[in-house]
Amino acid sequence: MSTPTQAIDVDLAVTSVRDLNHALHEAREGSWYIRNPRGAHAIAAGVDAPLEIDVDGHVGYYCAGMNQHATIRVHGNCGVGVAENMMSGRVEVDGDASQSAGATGHGGLLVVNGNASARCGISMKGVDIVVRGSVGHLSAFMAQKGRLVICGDAGEALGDSIYETHIYVAGSVASLGADCIEKELLPFHAQELSALLADAGIDDLDVTDFRRYGSARRLYTFDVDDAGAFE
Amino acid sequence: MPVHMCGIVGIFCKSPAIEERLGELVGDMLVQMGDRGPDSAGVAIYRDPVGPGASKLSLYAADTDVDWAEVGEQAAAAFGVSRSVEITPRHLLLDVLADPETAEAWAEARLPGVTVMSTGQTIEIYKEAVRPEQFVETFGIARMAGSHAIGHTRMATESKVTTAGSHPFSTGMDLCLVHNGSLSNHNRLRQELRREGITFRTENDSEVAAGYLAWRMREGATLEQALEGCLDDLDGFYTFAVGTADGFAVLRDPIACKPAVMAETDDYVAIASEYRALAELPDAADATVWEPSPGVVYSWGAVAA
Repeated sequence: MSTPTQAIDVDLAVTSVRDLNHALHEAREGSWYIRNPRGAHAIAAGVDAPLEIDVDGHVGYYCAGMNQHATIRVHGNCGVGVAENMMSGRVEVDGDASQSAGATGHGGLLVVNGNASARCGISMKGVDIVVRGSVGHLSAFMAQKGRLVICGDAGEALGDSIYETHIYVAGSVASLGADCIEKELLPFHAQELSALLADAGIDDLDVTDFRRYGSARRLYTFDVDDAGAFE
Repeated sequence: MPVHMCGIVGIFCKSPAIEERLGELVGDMLVQMGDRGPDSAGVAIYRDPVGPGASKLSLYAADTDVDWAEVGEQAAAAFGVSRSVEITPRHLLLDVLADPETAEAWAEARLPGVTVMSTGQTIEIYKEAVRPEQFVETFGIARMAGSHAIGHTRMATESKVTTAGSHPFSTGMDLCLVHNGSLSNHNRLRQELRREGITFRTENDSEVAAGYLAWRMREGATLEQALEGCLDDLDGFYTFAVGTADGFAVLRDPIACKPAVMAETDDYVAIASEYRALAELPDAADATVWEPSPGVVYSWGAVAA
């Protein structure tokens, strides 16, 4: 716990997720320790304050969804869509994350210390995602912005129809999706990757262990000079 | 695409202590999956195998006026010895001294208004178009001990909300399947399988998957091989849990739109659509928990013989 105050203890065996989330939405500060999640959905979704939240066990779908400002740690595995549409803050998963981890996220950092399955970072829009293990197929599908760091392997069709997200992979890539190509890892990229690894607490891998992937920009035809046509 | 569309559960016991609690555990898991499928609930439970030359039939009558006592007497008259257990006013378990094919043919011919839901030496199938809480209570599922079970809570998409359209589906001896997802090529495949002599009782897409497995295994495939064939021959979304007399298997389609999570301890291996169903199991917090990889067959028991 980074705050000196005593954590508020919530046992989901006696408190409903709705009551928990209501209390989290009311709070402006403080630490929370959530017990007995037992795979329940939407735990700590929609938090909009710099809270420190620990969840002791496996959670269901959409945990920490839409997070703003909070630091949320899951001491277990996550179901579908952990930290989906996160805006800011930090979400850390001790175990594995199911499909669509960090989907559509705009900001903040999601760290998965185990593996993430299919569609990790799908349509990400600025969130940073660091996966200690491997990711499944169609990860970073239509990813627009932000950084996806994969310390293990990537499944089929990585970065399919990608826009401007930066992807870094230390292990193997089963296949690249449409319009996703390997790109040179320039000093600028080494710098941002190094900072992300440090932020995620990963010290046994170096930027030289990674390859960079991104958009060939042959599939999407948006030109910034045409922006006025869309207003 | 809605992700909360049908729930599946399954347990394969690895210790006698869990076998004693099988019904209680599968019932608790089903109730947890009620939100994913409130239209109907069902289980296939593998227990009390009958001896060589005998068989078990799970019978269902849509009409509650059916006289199960008379059905029992007819079976006794036809086969010499039988045991009949009325599970509910619409469901009868019948043990007869005849091979499963003979017994099934007899039931189809002699029992108008009665549907054979499963046949074999170990399998029993119970299902009804009610919420899982009510299903578990009405059928006394918690009191059923056995070696393995699979179950389903249904949110109907591809065919009507009826007991006949509920899962599990069995189209072969002691073989059954539960399915979360939807198949796109079921009409053509059903036509082809009918030509191969596989019988279908509904227009349901999942029954076609069960029929496909029955056909492949009839042609000599192991359960593992039959499931690998699904990857080539089935078009659509699926997470399957499959039971045989002494085996249990799981397969997800390669796109993996439909969820699945598994848990294994020294006492059991289990699957569910979501972890909250697995959380009901003993020592779940200490179990090995993982998401089955898309397009990979997972199996336990006698499946590769």
